[in-house]
Amino acid sequence: MSESPLLRVEDLHVSYNTPTGIVNAVSGVSFELGREKLGIVGESGSGKSQTGRAILGLTATGGQVRARRLEFDGTDLLHANARTMRHVRGGCISMIMQDPKYSLNPVMTIGAQIEEAFLVHRATSKTEARQRTLDMLRAVKIRAPERVYKAYPHEVSGGMGQRIMIAMMMIPEPDIIIADEPTSALDVTVQLQVLAVLDDMLSERGMGLIFISHDLNLVASFCDRILVMYGGKVVEECAAADLEQATHPYTRGLLNCLPSLDGAREELPVLLRDPAWLANSEASR
Amino acid sequence: MDQASSSKAAGPGPALPSKLVKISGVLVSLTLTFLGLTAITFVISRVMPVDPVLAIVGDRASNEVYQQVYLQLGLDKPIYIQYLRYLGQLAEGDLGTSIMTAQPVIEDIKRFFPATLELATIATLLGIFIGVPMGVFAAVHQGRWPDHIVRVVALLGYSAPIFWLGLVALLVFYAKLGWVAGPGRLDVFYDGIIEPVSGILMLDAALARDWDIFYNALSHLILPASILGTFALAYIARMTRSFMLDQLSQEYILTARVKGIPESQVIWRHAFRNVLVQLITIIGLTYASLLEGSVLTETVFSWPGIGQYITNSLFNNDMNAVLGGTIVVGACFVGINMLSDLLYRLVDPRIR
Repeated sequence: MSESPLLRVEDLHVSYNTPTGIVNAVSGVSFELGREKLGIVGESGSGKSQTGRAILGLTATGGQVRARRLEFDGTDLLHANARTMRHVRGGCISMIMQDPKYSLNPVMTIGAQIEEAFLVHRATSKTEARQRTLDMLRAVKIRAPERVYKAYPHEVSGGMGQRIMIAMMMIPEPDIIIADEPTSALDVTVQLQVLAVLDDMLSERGMGLIFISHDLNLVASFCDRILVMYGGKVVEECAAADLEQATHPYTRGLLNCLPSLDGAREELPVLLRDPAWLANSEASR
Repeated sequence: MDQASSSKAAGPGPALPSKLVKISGVLVSLTLTFLGLTAITFVISRVMPVDPVLAIVGDRASNEVYQQVYLQLGLDKPIYIQYLRYLGQLAEGDLGTSIMTAQPVIEDIKRFFPATLELATIATLLGIFIGVPMGVFAAVHQGRWPDHIVRVVALLGYSAPIFWLGLVALLVFYAKLGWVAGPGRLDVFYDGIIEPVSGILMLDAALARDWDIFYNALSHLILPASILGTFALAYIARMTRSFMLDQLSQEYILTARVKGIPESQVIWRHAFRNVLVQLITIIGLTYASLLEGSVLTETVFSWPGIGQYITNSLFNNDMNAVLGGTIVVGACFVGINMLSDLLYRLVDPRIR
């Protein structure tokens, strides 16, 4: 792969027409992504999930997406027809959802759901698809793939469900994975297992990742680069290693809110919001 | 009700094989439901201020005759003895004799019930095969004109009085246009030609290979079935639409779209399979309620069905007929409930 990035997002806007007026969920987000791990951090409502959905063209009905540029590997995602988009979804860009309890179809077997993701993008036989599915289940460290293949989503645990989700989204071998809060619904102990699996698979296959989360520390330890979003805008962009040197007051505020193990602290500072962040975040970037 | 008790009975059974426990649980709940059904209908029929003896012997009979019949019917015994006696007769398939038709009630039901069965089945099938796609179509195009049309049609079908619809339909399609046959199940000159096997005329005609009668029966059936079907269709379409809207907003639909699956598969393979789980109940209930016989439709179309039979018996104080009819209808209800319970288990892995 050459130097040109896989995904190019320039000045992305997502707005919703509601009875109470236009709501701007995302206003003017730009970034580029290569085969690297990019973290998008922000509080709920900051537009991080909406950004991920807009890339896949899956903004909820009533939402409008505008951008100066929204390109994947030379394909204009903004003006692509339905067929091209279907090819891109799953085949080129895929998304791991938040809670496997809701994001897996309850009346389809796990095997059928993973297989389906593969068969949409590859014209192969059913037996090969089955073999690939079992391999994929093994790859996400599921011990009894034959049994899980025939199981239904309600018969597996949350952590296992999320590993199944990873298997399902990776089986067509996309170039980019968007992980939308992939571990938020899981226990802390299981979180790390799932992340380890995700990390293994990513580096093995050399995929790009957009990791959407509200957990600053998690993102900093897992990703190469970080975007901090606030009110639909990117307020800070830095390498994960340089997070401690972040300059934007919002990022600083978030960092200061976290207690550290070394050094006693009488009182944790509270994040104070400045309305000006919403207005001139362009300038600070 | 019967679902709850069956699942309770089929609960954890450590020693016994679970299938056996389940089946016996279903049997127990079935028996209890039947006992309850017969007990309630029996008591209601006995506490009615109707003198069954008088209904049989007439008011000019002598006191002696009256007493004799009174004892014959076992009315001197306490009510639970009477009930047990009734159960015993029921087990032998004896529902008593109808006063109105002077025939065994079971024979009457054999004649009247197939007419209702035929009508209700066709109406339900119409409801399923038109209503379900309509509902799905509306949900997929939510808020746009296909949705509005389906909603208006469903609302009209659900709220228009069925006797009015029936009369207007008869006026237009039978009287004015002459496209279909009029009231009744067959034209007079076809009556009683073929041997009743199932009692369902179209089936019997097809078995006898008498296609004239087959088409005549169809021509008679098509209007009442459509009218009744409109009602079923409206209900099923409305419910399908709302179930579908609910499922389409679920997270797993987004997952399916992320995978790049074509929209038609997202709708039918993913969303609809989940809707099916809920639809089974709705369709079962609709079918069961149509099997009770819809008196209005049957009256407008002079359709000799079970609804008309029970209503007429009630007007004539013919308690054996009412009791027999109610038990048959109740049995249908319980049977369909059990069937939809079974299908439910088949479709939804979560309650297997």
